[in-house]
Amino acid sequence: MKLLVCIKQVPDLESRFKANAEGVWYNETDLAFRMNEYDEYAVEQAVQLREKLGDGCELTVLSIGPDRVVEAIKKALAMGCDNAAHIQDSAASSKDPWQIASIISAYAKDKGFDIIFTGMQSQDRGSAQVGVTVAEQLGFACTTTIIGFAYDGGTVTAKRELEGGIKAAVKLKTPALVTCQLGLNTPRYPTLPNIMKAKKKEITAIPVADLLKEAALATTTSFHPPAKKGGGIVLEGDVADLVEKVIAILKDKTAVLR
Amino acid sequence: MKTLLIGEYRDGKLLESTYELLGFADQLGAETALLLVGSDSQLPLYGGTLYLGDATTCGEYNPDLHKQLILDAAGQEKPDYIVFLHSSYGWDLAPRVAASLKVAQISEIIAAADGSFEVGCCNAKMRRSVKTNTGTTVLTIQAGAFPVLQPGGSPTIKKLSATGSAALEFIGYEPAEKKDVDLGKAEIIVTAGRGIGKKDNVPVIQALARALGGELGASRPVVDAGWVEHSHQVGTTGQTVSPKLYVACGVSGAIQHLAGMKKSDFILAINKDKDAPIGEVADVLVVADVMQFVPALTAKLAK
Repeated sequence: MKLLVCIKQVPDLESRFKANAEGVWYNETDLAFRMNEYDEYAVEQAVQLREKLGDGCELTVLSIGPDRVVEAIKKALAMGCDNAAHIQDSAASSKDPWQIASIISAYAKDKGFDIIFTGMQSQDRGSAQVGVTVAEQLGFACTTTIIGFAYDGGTVTAKRELEGGIKAAVKLKTPALVTCQLGLNTPRYPTLPNIMKAKKKEITAIPVADLLKEAALATTTSFHPPAKKGGGIVLEGDVADLVEKVIAILKDKTAVLR
Repeated sequence: MKTLLIGEYRDGKLLESTYELLGFADQLGAETALLLVGSDSQLPLYGGTLYLGDATTCGEYNPDLHKQLILDAAGQEKPDYIVFLHSSYGWDLAPRVAASLKVAQISEIIAAADGSFEVGCCNAKMRRSVKTNTGTTVLTIQAGAFPVLQPGGSPTIKKLSATGSAALEFIGYEPAEKKDVDLGKAEIIVTAGRGIGKKDNVPVIQALARALGGELGASRPVVDAGWVEHSHQVGTTGQTVSPKLYVACGVSGAIQHLAGMKKSDFILAINKDKDAPIGEVADVLVVADVMQFVPALTAKLAK
């Protein structure tokens, strides 16, 4: 049984974002990077399955990007992945979802993976396309936005999250790809012994040019902050003053405070 | 310009959000054809061409067969844009259609202008303008971003059918959990977001809710972490609310959360990040540490 989990490294979303020199994505200076939150759930689910299946099961983690993404890969290894593929691409952020999916598919196509796990989207780009596109390119069964997962004898049973708290139960025959939603499980924190063990695990580096043969289908022309709607009041300063101001505003503008 | 709009049925009912697709096409000034996989017992109020697949044979969630139906209709219509809602149905199906046609997909559009589309990124804090490099393009539009347009009339139906074995079997729907709190009726809601830091701080938010005579709400991360029950969750996968006063404590304002509360009469947000997207909908944004400001506000209100 062979499993693959695909992860992306994204900036801390509480950061302030500025456009890069080309004006089409963020400037990375001063940003702290971490594993995409959705992907943490994907890694956890893959590791849980890997542990359940035991020996004879192999779990690979893949990430595309510059050298900094090795940090995210190391975290996934410390969580329990067996080995890793780092697709080296210093210009990954300029690729469109079709290209990113094509890179993953080119890597995965002759490796015989049974199940591929991805996050349902990235926190920075948020296209929610890459996982499904990989499944289409590889001819895998696929379902998205899962908040429940079980595997038994070649069949994945998953629970999808729909709108308004409704869920849908589905079954897929492997080979299958699932995209993971927040809340699917409780991602583990790597322990110190596992962090040490992870240092010995193999990370295979592959230049992106070996895998990418596709041109972009869409192009970003601008990266910018939203237009300010105005109207809202922003209050800053001493907490006691803020409390006075807020109470005065609530009394003035709402019917709920006398 | 021609659009093929992909509407939605759930549990045998036409979803109202289908009419947002028509609102979007209207803004583009485009011709429309609509595609639905449902039944002719519940037809949309729409006078144009309706490509209709049968949900009793094709299922409501059967991506392989629905993709076939859409490709069939697209072959007949030759649209410039195939448009989905960015919903659990749309984001699942759109990339399959785009990949089959090998055309661009642009996801979760919030505005359109001059052949380019505006989409959110970086947790809705920033925007990108995106243009397509392909003839036909698949689009998904953000729920609530475009007005509902119900043109009226009865459609000219073109029936579609698809067969084949599907790689995926739909087992059934599971209803939403029973709500022990009906936030929809609450006049005041005080919501705990991830910014409160830890579960032990939930009572601090609860105390403010009590002081204001309101109910406790929660954002998704707080519910996922097990700090507050799901029945308190506000947002697209929880409850949609419109109270007289909404107090967002340490809520960053993910799109799915904003969609569930932006119609509130008055929104007070407390967040240490001045650029948090909650500021876009807030009437008042207090830039402060939630755990300092909220107890001080509660104490003052109690006097």
